[in-house]
Amino acid sequence: MSESLRNDGRIWVPKKKGDTRPPHQIPEEERDYYLERLYPSYGNLAPRDIASRRAKEVCDEGRGVGPGRGGHGVYLDFRDAIARLGRPVIAERYGNLFEMYQRITGEDPFQVPMRIYPAPHYTMGGLWVDYNLMTTLDGLYAIGEANFSDHGANRLGASALMQGLADGYFILPYTIGDYLAHAKPAKVDPQHPGFRHVQGEVDEQVRRLLAASGRKTVDAFHRELGRVMWDKCGMSRNAAGLKEAIGRIGALRDEFWRDVYVGGRGEDLNQSLEHAGRVADFFEFAELMCHDALHREESCGCHFREEYQTPEGEAKRDDERFGYVAAWEFAGVGKEPVLHKEPLAFEAVHLAQRSYK
Amino acid sequence: MHLTLHVWRQRGPGLLGGFVRYAMTDVSPDMSFLEMLDVLNQQLLARKDDPIAFDHDCREGICGACGMVINGRPHGPQRATTTCQLHMRSFSHGAELWIEPWRARAFPVIKDLVVDRGAFDRIIQAGGFITARTGSAPEANSLLVRKPDADLAMDAAACIGCGACVAACPNASAMLFVAAKVSHLGLLPQGQPERDTRVVTMVAQMDAEGFGACTNHGECMAACPKEISIDFIAQLNRDYWKAVVSRTPQAARKDGGDG
Repeated sequence: MSESLRNDGRIWVPKKKGDTRPPHQIPEEERDYYLERLYPSYGNLAPRDIASRRAKEVCDEGRGVGPGRGGHGVYLDFRDAIARLGRPVIAERYGNLFEMYQRITGEDPFQVPMRIYPAPHYTMGGLWVDYNLMTTLDGLYAIGEANFSDHGANRLGASALMQGLADGYFILPYTIGDYLAHAKPAKVDPQHPGFRHVQGEVDEQVRRLLAASGRKTVDAFHRELGRVMWDKCGMSRNAAGLKEAIGRIGALRDEFWRDVYVGGRGEDLNQSLEHAGRVADFFEFAELMCHDALHREESCGCHFREEYQTPEGEAKRDDERFGYVAAWEFAGVGKEPVLHKEPLAFEAVHLAQRSYK
Repeated sequence: MHLTLHVWRQRGPGLLGGFVRYAMTDVSPDMSFLEMLDVLNQQLLARKDDPIAFDHDCREGICGACGMVINGRPHGPQRATTTCQLHMRSFSHGAELWIEPWRARAFPVIKDLVVDRGAFDRIIQAGGFITARTGSAPEANSLLVRKPDADLAMDAAACIGCGACVAACPNASAMLFVAAKVSHLGLLPQGQPERDTRVVTMVAQMDAEGFGACTNHGECMAACPKEISIDFIAQLNRDYWKAVVSRTPQAARKDGGDG
């Protein structure tokens, strides 16, 4: 669900482990509004990395709510907001989100609290671009969320919109126009050796995927990769887990090329083949994320390394050693990426440790 | 729950298609309709059958990619809901479901449940935009918009271009789609300079694509996952007649007139 719901919703879980009573039967004094308790000044509006970790924590303790899979959920409750502001105000603010929730779960959030759980949404970071938003390939620009430029180790609500607007409205009209004014469009020729080389590569990949004729579907590999990333490179990471993940991703990739079953043909619409191409890319990307997480020996925003935390369990940064953007150069499949450090210089606002207590 | 599916299978454009029967067992009522098809596709792949092709992207009901006719109704039985947001609890145990692609001459089938909706893109290309240079962002209060107009423009802008209106219409008319796009821009100050030319060129493209005319059945509004009102079709007709009757010199020039 959208993060905006936290403006008026209160997040809680039962104080007791394994409390299976329906929410309205749990009296006020037996509820733990844990964000309000831990962060009195920010409460339910604590940043998403903190709110996510605390949600995972209470669920790991066995206080999660909802059926199945050991209660992977916490309540997001609008009861008090509805009592305070009235149903029409809440409907005006969040009507579309309430409807969406009801469609998915079959429960009405006006009557029963929503059940939420943190999940990966976007990957922080993106393609390296220069000040004009051009990638390392001459003439190829990456704008919006595809590039790394505007966000750090945390994404805030609406940053997708912000970056789309900032890049598209304020930067590109000047930089792409400038590029096009200088660059002469070269003749496009499919006989060009570069084109033929890439075409050969793509043809070979498609041929290999269709020829593999193994026993496991693309979806099965995708799920397995997702599970590795969720477990080892998710809301909290540690060195041992990340090393294990890198090993497993490599093994899974080898198995994929040996034992995937794609089916169909390469000549017409083949969604399984499209999916296979993406999952093949995801292996490389997942490996890179683990490398980066292993390399960064600090906790910073959503990157939470269990080894680097304060006694209260908050993220502990190491600005001395890691005050830079890590731009990783692709060195080839299965090869260690090459690190390029881009130092972060703060001129107006200086780095500080924030407290949300 | 158990279900019997009859799914339209068609190997490619212009080829003969037909319904194929699939028995589904152990379907969770919490699955979305597309997840149910995902499960079926995994079963098909496991026995080395060709999986069912269907369009999907965000699965949050906001992108407009998905869409299929379920038991004769575009996007299925639930009001104001895209196929991806339709959940299996909307169906009863033992139900029999007939699943088809959008049917319209202007939406040729690419494969199975996937149709080519390029016609919508070409209608937008014909005029669904403003050509004014945006320049730097203006002060928000320099262009005042009445709240009712802003709300109405927002209602029109809710169209996700899925094509359910066309699939629902006995004439395969795209009037609701075009009306939403024309009204969305026509209600806002930025859309005024090209209001007349826009409606004329978009309607012309709509006709050229082979969509039918509107005869006020209202099926489009009932099928629309975003509940776009047919009031916008009335607005489209008004705008169209106004533009045709009171052609501005600029509009005439564009059509190769006496300019």
